[in-house]
Amino acid sequence: MLWPKLARALFAKPLTDQAPLVPQETVQALGERMAVTSRARLGRSLAIREVDSGSCNGCELEVNALENIAYDLERFGLRFVASPKHADVLLVTGPACLNMREALERALASTPEPRWVVAVGDCAVDGGVFKGSYAVENGIAAVLPVDLLIPGCPPSPAQLLEGLLSLLEAESAKK
Amino acid sequence: MMGPASRLIRGGNPQGAKPYERFLLSPTAWGQLPAALQQETALALLGLWADATQVHACFLHEPGNEALLASTPAAGWNYAALSPARPGAMRFERMILELWGHHAEGAVDLRPWLDHGRWNLRHPLAAKPIPFAGEAPQPEFLPTVGDGIHQIPVGPIHAGVIESGHFRFSVQGEAIVRLEQRLGYKHKGTLSLMLGTSPRAAVRYAARLSGDSTVAHSWAFSAAVEAALGVTPPPRALHLRALMLELERVHNHLNDWGFVCNDVAFAYPHARCGLLREGVLRAIAAAFGHRLMMDRVLPGGVAPDIAPRGTEAILAALAAVEAEIPVLMQIYEAHASLQDRVVTTGYLRPDLARAFAAGGHVGRASGRAFDARRLPQHLPHANLHFDVPMLEAGDVDARVRIRVLELGQSIALVREILASLPAGELMAPMPARAGEGAAMIEGFRGECLHWVALDDGGLIGALFPRDPSWLQWPLLEAAIEDNIVADFPLCNKSFNCSYSGVDL
Repeated sequence: MLWPKLARALFAKPLTDQAPLVPQETVQALGERMAVTSRARLGRSLAIREVDSGSCNGCELEVNALENIAYDLERFGLRFVASPKHADVLLVTGPACLNMREALERALASTPEPRWVVAVGDCAVDGGVFKGSYAVENGIAAVLPVDLLIPGCPPSPAQLLEGLLSLLEAESAKK
Repeated sequence: MMGPASRLIRGGNPQGAKPYERFLLSPTAWGQLPAALQQETALALLGLWADATQVHACFLHEPGNEALLASTPAAGWNYAALSPARPGAMRFERMILELWGHHAEGAVDLRPWLDHGRWNLRHPLAAKPIPFAGEAPQPEFLPTVGDGIHQIPVGPIHAGVIESGHFRFSVQGEAIVRLEQRLGYKHKGTLSLMLGTSPRAAVRYAARLSGDSTVAHSWAFSAAVEAALGVTPPPRALHLRALMLELERVHNHLNDWGFVCNDVAFAYPHARCGLLREGVLRAIAAAFGHRLMMDRVLPGGVAPDIAPRGTEAILAALAAVEAEIPVLMQIYEAHASLQDRVVTTGYLRPDLARAFAAGGHVGRASGRAFDARRLPQHLPHANLHFDVPMLEAGDVDARVRIRVLELGQSIALVREILASLPAGELMAPMPARAGEGAAMIEGFRGECLHWVALDDGGLIGALFPRDPSWLQWPLLEAAIEDNIVADFPLCNKSFNCSYSGVDL
């Protein structure tokens, strides 16, 4: 029976981990970046569109893990949305395959301003191990204006969370 | 018992590949292969690929569970197509034309596949690639004829957090008349990066062919290199590889089970599977220092060793999983709203699973029992105790049930491996010399088949890593026919094919 389990869960301790500490230098750098580009404040909530530009799918596994109840991304006001048209953040994995270039450009064009572009994983940062191949752009920055890099192969959910929370803090610091 | 195709192949010139022999056939003998294959249905095609001068095929003689390889020179860039006799050859023939420039004569389908016209060269793996500059052509899809049929294009960017690829649905009312996949968006040129490097440098690409199968692919690649060089890794290394392989199966099966439930909007099992999987990943990180165990399997052995507290962490996480499986299964079975969506949905006919030699949960839910762990070369599994569950129902539910049954088997295997973990070295020395080898390792999705030819300096002269998804993706197109569009995510998740693994 499912109902008794759900009822018990209502009164049990949460299974969710504590939030990670956010590095203040990242927050400051992001805040300055936002001031320079004079972006309007997005509020304490961000809608995220994940885009795979050609990852090995390791990054997708860890991005998906952010939604499990141990990390519970939504408690911070962060949520994944189905279309770039609804997004404040483009979270991009992979080395930017040439075969994905047009799709990336269209995703950016569909994302309303103000917006953040986050490059997730070593491939997205500079091509990672795929750097120098005839089929990749050696990182997202060759196609999209990147605001934040989250390196790692793949970055752990805790590292991803730290990066995303620094976006939120950067916004609330610039009232 | 050998059929006409096996006889034809074994009549070729043996090339000294280990442990499965590769026979070089003249273009004339290879030209007789399609007709011979039609007479010998028990010889399954596992893969078809090329190098700059030859085309290679890997077959499995299913009654004897024996693999063998066949090659032919691509004379004047042509070779006889196998797709008229083995439908699984189609996408390989499209790939061979694009990457190496060899043309399959009599092929069923040679439309572009990986090459979308976005690279600045053609035939990147040919001896002399051709520079290319021009407009990317529009993709061509197979026509669908009938009253009121409309098309739904989906992707390459999907609504969920999944990999990139395009699906073209032809729909009549609610029912899918035809699905056609167009992949290749994630082509990274992986093979070109691996060629000419040492096995030690190349294994990190094998580990990133499909991140969810990083252990299976890096093991299959390493085992192919070890076979080529006649090296046997130390017993402790083999046991640790087997441990990691089963842990990879556990975390992926938990993920898939949860996501299938999520795709019918049934949140509870998804939440629980997600939490259990997180526990397993944290135990893996404690044991091996990486949540997905990337770059732990290397040619010659493994590195680093399991951490002192790793065993304890793994056993605790798996005990939690084992305790909850029956509870979750009871909930899965007791909810009509969930059962209604998964039972009879996405039915894959057993004859199609056999025709494509589909491995993993896709094959084993549709009556094809093959599991590479049953091969005598798949050590240490050949000496361990486990069952290979098989069902005939072929629907989403059967693919879920195979996974759940395999979870139990893998948990028992992990305990057996940890209880019998031998002491000793972790790496065998790897000589730098020529050789040729192949290996199959059973990942969570099916068998990962790697073939490697090393040159005189011990560097990669030719290779092909074949993800099991090559033979499963086309079957999703068949399984989805007559289902409703809304059930596509569910069917897709129940297959869970790798995009990166086939896009190379």
